[in-house]
Amino acid sequence: MTHTVLIGLGVLIAILTVVSALGLLPSLRIVPDDTHFDFTRFRRISFPISAALSIVAIVLFFTHGLNLGIDFKGGTLLEVKAKSGTADIAAMRTSLDGLGLGEVQLQQFGGPENVLIRVAEQPGGDAAQQAALQKLRGALGDSVDIQRTEVLGPRVAGELLAYGMLGLMLAIVGILIYLWFRFEWQFALGAMIANVHDIVLTIGFMSISQVDFDLTSIAALLTILGYSLNDTVVIYDRIREMLRRYKKMPMPQLLNESINSTLSRSIITHVTVTLALLALLLFGGHAIHSFTAVMMFGVVLVGTYTSIFIAAPILIYLGVGEHREDAPDTATPAKKSKA
Amino acid sequence: MLYFTRWKALGIILTALIVCLCAVPNFFPEAQVKSWPAWAQRRIVLGLDLQGGSYLLLEVDAAYVKKERLDQVRDDVRRTLRDAKIGFTGGVTVRNDAVEVRITKETDAQPALAKLRELSQPLGGLMGSSGQRDLEVTDAGGGVIRLSVPQAAVLDRLRKTIEQSIQIVERRVNELGTVEPVIQRQGNDRILVQVPGLQDPTRLKELLGRTAKMEFRMVDTSVPPDQAQAGRVPPESELLMSASPPPTPYVVKKQVLVAGGDLTDAQATFDQRTGEPVVSFKFNTSGARKFSQATQENVGLPFAIVLDNKVISAPVIREPITGGQGQISGNFTVQSANDLAILLRAGALPAPLTVVEERTVGPGLGQDSIEKGQLAAYVGSILVIIFMLLTYRLFGVFANIAVAINVAMIFGLLSLLNATLTLPGIAGIVLTVGIAVDSNVLIYERIREELRGGRNAISAIDAGFKRALATILDSNITTFIAAAVLFYIGTGPVRGFAVTLGIGIITTVFTAFTLTRLIVAWWVRWKRPQSVPI
Repeated sequence: MTHTVLIGLGVLIAILTVVSALGLLPSLRIVPDDTHFDFTRFRRISFPISAALSIVAIVLFFTHGLNLGIDFKGGTLLEVKAKSGTADIAAMRTSLDGLGLGEVQLQQFGGPENVLIRVAEQPGGDAAQQAALQKLRGALGDSVDIQRTEVLGPRVAGELLAYGMLGLMLAIVGILIYLWFRFEWQFALGAMIANVHDIVLTIGFMSISQVDFDLTSIAALLTILGYSLNDTVVIYDRIREMLRRYKKMPMPQLLNESINSTLSRSIITHVTVTLALLALLLFGGHAIHSFTAVMMFGVVLVGTYTSIFIAAPILIYLGVGEHREDAPDTATPAKKSKA
Repeated sequence: MLYFTRWKALGIILTALIVCLCAVPNFFPEAQVKSWPAWAQRRIVLGLDLQGGSYLLLEVDAAYVKKERLDQVRDDVRRTLRDAKIGFTGGVTVRNDAVEVRITKETDAQPALAKLRELSQPLGGLMGSSGQRDLEVTDAGGGVIRLSVPQAAVLDRLRKTIEQSIQIVERRVNELGTVEPVIQRQGNDRILVQVPGLQDPTRLKELLGRTAKMEFRMVDTSVPPDQAQAGRVPPESELLMSASPPPTPYVVKKQVLVAGGDLTDAQATFDQRTGEPVVSFKFNTSGARKFSQATQENVGLPFAIVLDNKVISAPVIREPITGGQGQISGNFTVQSANDLAILLRAGALPAPLTVVEERTVGPGLGQDSIEKGQLAAYVGSILVIIFMLLTYRLFGVFANIAVAINVAMIFGLLSLLNATLTLPGIAGIVLTVGIAVDSNVLIYERIREELRGGRNAISAIDAGFKRALATILDSNITTFIAAAVLFYIGTGPVRGFAVTLGIGIITTVFTAFTLTRLIVAWWVRWKRPQSVPI
């Protein structure tokens, strides 16, 4: 079934390729050529909204917390598949609750035969986790196939969490230093504020949705960071270029021009990344489901918003182009040269 | 921007072609690739999450290593002082991570200090001249001499312990007959064991969880075990329990007749008379000599075969054993006899290992993940390709050619690096497809802008490339930094994601700077366009 669909789509691509190569296809303009949205004025709304959302996210983080996955919390996780085709969760619960391992979480996923079993970290160090796994395996017996097991002792889990956080910090600092080299410091600072904003909101999302926060979440966060910056840098590049070219244009107008002229690119790239993520979300299976869900939120919802409504307008507050009126006016047109 | 010399064009195409060709071995069965020349054998390795298998992280007990060293120092101190006939009071004690001894006579203090200083050796290794020593001998005042083990010496010992342990672990894992296990040191005190295809690591853990320190010692018959249990153990003996249930106490002399290190071979067989599983063993020459001498002196007395401080059996020596071989019986099953033989052949671990992290994936789940990842990759790529065609038409075709070559190059580089492909890694490739077209989008949008600005076709294309390329470089380096950090901190599947994301960025920048430009340049030369259909 899927193969037929794939072959069909392949044929469609072949036809489209030939048709486009011959120039027979009308061009699809998602964004009109000349847009003049006043994005910068919107900062009076977007900044308070972002501030409020960030506070909500932080409050959620402290009240709701994150649903720490096994990577960071330690404990035991088993993924089992019932041989009979339907897992009897109630019976499983009864037999596993009797093991004295504290609360045993059972969760069905994917189909009636798949069950995810989680047991919290056992007191007594690494050996105790191993003993718990042995007990679980024994109690489950032959009625299920064990598809996956993960056992993490308390120290490794703690180290992974520390490492993950360290990595996040390292990435932010590394990117900051790079931007500082390539741009002026205001740009680096603006990008970092945007960065932190992205991460805070995404953490808020993870808190609300209670997706597992594990190593892959850190990977997702870092990708969001890199991608959102990618977007920000494209706009910053344009701002820098405009700053050189139009020495007298007022800052808000200059920012608007920069955002508008890169808008088409922002949206088209967004669509392509969303398409790729959508495929992963729908067909990639549950193993990377929370990974792609977090990325979808961070990249598609937050990332672009941040670049346009936070990263660019914040430059005004950081004093970019403050003394531009003093600059000698070289023979550049004050207004747009484009017809 | 649109002019390429013949050589440069050739260079670009050859580079892309060679990198793409590196992916070829992945399309042939592994057995067939094995017969190719070595340089052609590089291929992508599937991560454990895709091919199924076990991942174990073992930790050496650092406290044990330290304690054992201190015990050794204590014995050395005792022997040294006795040999030098220097009196000490209150015994030699281990206290606060150091060994302390009180010299009885004040006049003996200086000679004692000098003698004990001889125990201290310079730390070996490349930094031999660092002045570090493995023992610090100090006069703590009041006739007390203190011998402490400096941190550097502890770490040095830990390093050696890990190195030895890795060898032993390797031998034990190989005994299981697994395919291509990976055994690596991780950090200061950990060993990583990856065994592809192993679905249930229970037996492996049992094998690795035992130190397997084997000793042949005499049973102390001067005290009955029940009296010893009440607390009257002679100083040169100790109370040990039996390995098999019910727990039976034995009083065993501390002196070791022959140790497991003197064994050259061990095999699980069946006893010829009783038919029960036993382990037969062979000593090396020095072991055989020691064993023969000991058995000659003790005919009629029981000796104990001790494994990890538990008595496996305590047979009575009926006649001297001079042949250097023997057999151990002790209520074995076929499996436990086999395991013991493996452990004896592989040798004893210098310190106990504990499993601190364990992850296993069954082969069914791995196959399922491969199929899902593939499907997601196809669907994602197809959607992106169609969208690009609809948006940019002819230039969409160019972009799609570039992306196709890009993905082929990612697989080529992954093979060249023998990189591990994981499920998040596949996600990284799909994401790269989404991001890779971004470089084309940046160029094309810039060309559109330049066209609107009033430039003619060729000059707009030229300016579009020139201005967009700087942006492409800047925006990709930020993502690359994130990928590099992820590679550094991540393990397993996450590292696989970092690898594909990072490689994807490199190939994306390469194709944007060379291939896309080359394709467009050829088109311009061929068509001499008056307008750009973009």
